[in-house]
Amino acid sequence: MSQPPPRVRITHPRTEAVRRAPHRPAAREIDEQTQLGDVYMSSLIRSQRRLALVTCAAVTILLAGTALIGAYSANFVSARVFGLPLPWVVLGVGIYPLLIALGWWTMRTAERNERAFLDLVRRR
Amino acid sequence: MTHGPAATIAVCAVALATLLAGSLGLRRARTAGDFYVASRSVSPPWNAAAIGGEYLSAASYLGVAGLVLAFGFDALWYPVCYTAGYLVLLAVVAAPLRRSGAYTLPDFAQIRLGSTAVRGASSVLVALIGWLYLVPQLQGASLTLHTQTGAPRWAGGLVVVGVVLVAVTVSGMRSITFAQALQFWLKFAALLVPALVLVGVWHHRDDAIDDGYPTAAERVTVTLDRAVTVRLPVAEELDVRGSVDGAPVAGAADLGAGEHRLAAGTRITLERGDVVPVRTSLPAQPNGSWLRPLGSGTDHPLYASLSLVLAICLGTMGLPHVLVRFYTNPDGRDARRTTLAVLGLLSMFYLVPTVFGVLGRHYVPDLLIAGNTDATVLTLPERMVGGGAGVALGALVTAGAFAAFLSTASGLTVSVAGVLSQEMVRPRERRPHEDLRARRIRAFRLAAVVGLAFALAAATFCPLLVLGIWWPRLSPPGALAGLLAGGALATTAVLVTMTSEVSGWPGALLAQPAAWGVPITFVVMVIGSLVTPRRVPPDAGRVMIRLHAPEALAADLRDLTRG
Repeated sequence: MSQPPPRVRITHPRTEAVRRAPHRPAAREIDEQTQLGDVYMSSLIRSQRRLALVTCAAVTILLAGTALIGAYSANFVSARVFGLPLPWVVLGVGIYPLLIALGWWTMRTAERNERAFLDLVRRR
Repeated sequence: MTHGPAATIAVCAVALATLLAGSLGLRRARTAGDFYVASRSVSPPWNAAAIGGEYLSAASYLGVAGLVLAFGFDALWYPVCYTAGYLVLLAVVAAPLRRSGAYTLPDFAQIRLGSTAVRGASSVLVALIGWLYLVPQLQGASLTLHTQTGAPRWAGGLVVVGVVLVAVTVSGMRSITFAQALQFWLKFAALLVPALVLVGVWHHRDDAIDDGYPTAAERVTVTLDRAVTVRLPVAEELDVRGSVDGAPVAGAADLGAGEHRLAAGTRITLERGDVVPVRTSLPAQPNGSWLRPLGSGTDHPLYASLSLVLAICLGTMGLPHVLVRFYTNPDGRDARRTTLAVLGLLSMFYLVPTVFGVLGRHYVPDLLIAGNTDATVLTLPERMVGGGAGVALGALVTAGAFAAFLSTASGLTVSVAGVLSQEMVRPRERRPHEDLRARRIRAFRLAAVVGLAFALAAATFCPLLVLGIWWPRLSPPGALAGLLAGGALATTAVLVTMTSEVSGWPGALLAQPAAWGVPITFVVMVIGSLVTPRRVPPDAGRVMIRLHAPEALAADLRDLTRG
């Protein structure tokens, strides 16, 4: 007399459990330099590089623009503000607040890019 | 015209304060990390003031006002670009460079490219740029002590070297951070207070700059300590004792318009309203064109202005003594905040030298005779105010000037010494040698020589940093080729400019090498890297992560491995 085979319980798989891939944090993907990690990193680097280019372009337009207006616009050269020549007021005083404002914007945008990157990485 | 005792006391006080700050830091400097990077624990406001203190050298403190006096509107580009350079630095390199964890530029080259050859080339360039920057500081110190106390010309440089060596060797970076932050505020106050008084005096006297040639504002006597050739824009009768064009003169001399050779020891007395002869190395322009853009009378002024803008804006990131400061920030985010704070501090500071330059054009144009316009800041307070108040203000600006020499020279010493000692060269052997050469070099306008240091930095380190940080495909051979090409071209241009007179387009191109040198270096580095794709270091991707990933990501990773 052989023993009956032990009872085996057969259940329907929990669909959610099967579909979910093993949990792989994005930070680890980046650390291990997988293709996915590279996508994350290059998105951050691209946004920061774009910001650097925009800021440099703005500085160029500001400075080269002032130089060219000074070279070619007689009105700009002869104008006066508070009794002082306009070119002196622009280059001696007025340009500094613009540089600071641009720097502040650059800093804020760079930090925002980093926050967005961290949010993206932590969301998974 | 010297006021020896007050100025001497001021110089001694600044030197003592620096040494005192150094010895206070001595107790706190325990590790090598303390010595080189203050253990990376300096907060943004302190760090920003320290960067400002280090950055505002003799070229800024004395040189900018002198350039404005001599060249007018076109000289305003110097302070604007000294400031804008930090904006470029903020946008392009500040945070990634801090995250690289490197201490010097050669370190960065090694971390990013893993090449000892690129590291070696960077070290040579750091020493070269440091030297170009240090020489004007010592020269400025000599000028200051000589003008203000009548001390022999070698004394000023010696004082600076002595104080710096003692302060740096006993205490290193942490005390230097503290001392330099204080020196920034000292420099700012030492310029601002006299400037406010002088503007008040100017307003009270209701003086104005007319469109004619610069004229003496009062009776003044100038004694030449070396032979100079001057240009007199219009015929003028001047009281001269000495030798003019080889003939002895004693008394009123009718000098025609044009060039005249004045022997060493000649004394010229200008009466109020006399047109001032101008040394031929400076433009003899009427105030009307001095006030206008591109009116400085140099060759190809628009090219010169634009190339200067490029050199300074891109060169700032390549200055060894400025970069070393970024490693003392706790993290990349603080590095950005520090840079923004520096931008603010510099914007505030650079409003002031311009005031000295403009007032100088009216009250001390006689500096144009000998061409020592770098003395504008030093002579103006006493000349305009006079009496005890004038002496006190003069002593104040002298103290500020010494703070400028000391802070920049010590910053340069720490960073160059860091590089040299890491490259196994004993720095002590180099110093006295540099002094000797510093005294022999031709007298240059401070800001102009420093401008050449900027051009060299822009043509070498700027492309290395920009491509290194933003372009993963940069290869060691490409970087090396670019450094060599840019370094050789810019150095040649600097040497030719310093040793000979070239006019026309070649002269303009050589005097301002950034506009062509920077693009050439970029192109050489990119092409060199594209043809050697196999030499791209295998860990380039990992280094790019390190440069750009926020510090919080590393913290996340640590949590992951722990949990």
